[in-house]
Amino acid sequence: MSNKTCTNIKIRPKNNTIVLSCKDMTIGYEDQTVLSNLTFEVKEGDYISILGENGSGKSTLIKTILGLTPPLFGNFEFKEGFSHKNIGYLPQQSSAQRDFPASVLEIVLSGFLGKKGWHPFYTKKEKEMAITYLREMNIEDLKEKAYRNLSGGQQQRVLLARALCAAEELLVLDEPVTGLDPTAQAELYQMIEHLNKHHGLTILMISHDIPGAIKYSNKIIHLEENSYFFGTKMEYKASDLYQHWKGEM
Amino acid sequence: MMTFFADMLSYPFLMRAFIVGALVALCCALLGVSLVLKGFSMIGDGLSHVSFGALTVAMALNLAPLPFALPVVIFAAFCLLKIKNNSVIKGDAGIALISSSALAIGLMAASLTTGMNADVYSYMFGSILSMKESDVSISIVLSIIVLLLFLLCYHKIFSITFDENFARATGLPVSGFNMLIAFLSAVTIVLGMRMMGTMLISSLILFPCLIARQVFQNFFGVTVCAGVLSLISFSIGMVISYQFDAPVSASIVLVNLGMLVIAMMVKKCRH
Repeated sequence: MSNKTCTNIKIRPKNNTIVLSCKDMTIGYEDQTVLSNLTFEVKEGDYISILGENGSGKSTLIKTILGLTPPLFGNFEFKEGFSHKNIGYLPQQSSAQRDFPASVLEIVLSGFLGKKGWHPFYTKKEKEMAITYLREMNIEDLKEKAYRNLSGGQQQRVLLARALCAAEELLVLDEPVTGLDPTAQAELYQMIEHLNKHHGLTILMISHDIPGAIKYSNKIIHLEENSYFFGTKMEYKASDLYQHWKGEM
Repeated sequence: MMTFFADMLSYPFLMRAFIVGALVALCCALLGVSLVLKGFSMIGDGLSHVSFGALTVAMALNLAPLPFALPVVIFAAFCLLKIKNNSVIKGDAGIALISSSALAIGLMAASLTTGMNADVYSYMFGSILSMKESDVSISIVLSIIVLLLFLLCYHKIFSITFDENFARATGLPVSGFNMLIAFLSAVTIVLGMRMMGTMLISSLILFPCLIARQVFQNFFGVTVCAGVLSLISFSIGMVISYQFDAPVSASIVLVNLGMLVIAMMVKKCRH
């Protein structure tokens, strides 16, 4: 097990600085509107779950936040010195990836590439940081192992460590627990909670798991066709959307 | 052994074929690692058929083959990339469509003009006699570019091959790299297919990566192993072809197939 006190991940004091916000934004792709009048803000230390049916625009929203798809109307306002590039991203895995010949360390180190410019090799410091993140994820002993031989939960931790290499302030996670067995799901939730509570990382997480979202996050964005909900967990529990979902269960 | 090689390479056309072939095999293997692992391996097959179409049309119209075929195939490479990202026509169906159409255009052009002459057969099945001085210089320049790309951008190529979405989010020029790799594949295939033939050039892209995957579990191992294996299997194939007067392309493919079977057995025994 790792010793949590000897890590060099910065511990951020929680305050109310807004990391990113948008007002009356319209998102979509190639002129096709997916959602309009979207207004929300992400504060430092928030743990926001993004819920919604398939096709409700969750992925489009994430892509817009990451700067991969421009908004059709409106712009994000970022905290000073912050941009799309400061976001660590954990995308959904494809089947080809699960069987990709790569070592754990090769994958984790690739998180640094966005900051490196044209420098062709990794520095010693970057290698040490990568090991630190693996230790934080409790998988330091897997660093030389083949990615394709790991369990689903271990693979997600590797990708989480890679996201931390890219940015250790705001993490965007796309359905990280989908497809994992219940034990691995619980472990990954605890890992993410640890990063959020202990290190003050801001988390934005797409999920289909409403109970998990209620349990761990402090705010919820729930997208629906032509409308959405944004508010605290308490407000969400009182909302029609949540009551409707609960009634269906 | 040494005198055998010296003897073999004393023929200038064999020497040219050896240089061009070895460099093309190396480029195919390196580019192939990225293409195959990304699930783009059919692009190699599509481009070889487009090359066939372009080269036969050039022949039918009495144009210089390389200057005509290169731009056509490079254009096709970009189109195939687009198709891959297009959801209307599914990638593999689109590539099969382009492949058979290009083949049909080539055959039609040839049979309406010159007929199925030796050149058409060599485009189809490869010919060791077809390598010119200019091919040697182009293949040297091409392989230097490919090697430099892999030396200087190795980690970026890894990231883009493993996870395009993540690479794009971290700000890497993913589309640029994809286009560069498609461009280099197009040039490699046009150069190599006159020697290896339409039917067999894509094996140079597929086999080294597939063999290396059986043995290595990390990207670095797979890349280096694929590069080295491509040179070894090419050399053995050339020797077999020279010794037994066998077609060079078929010899190389069969050597590769043998290696793949051995690698699969080694993998089985390890577990």
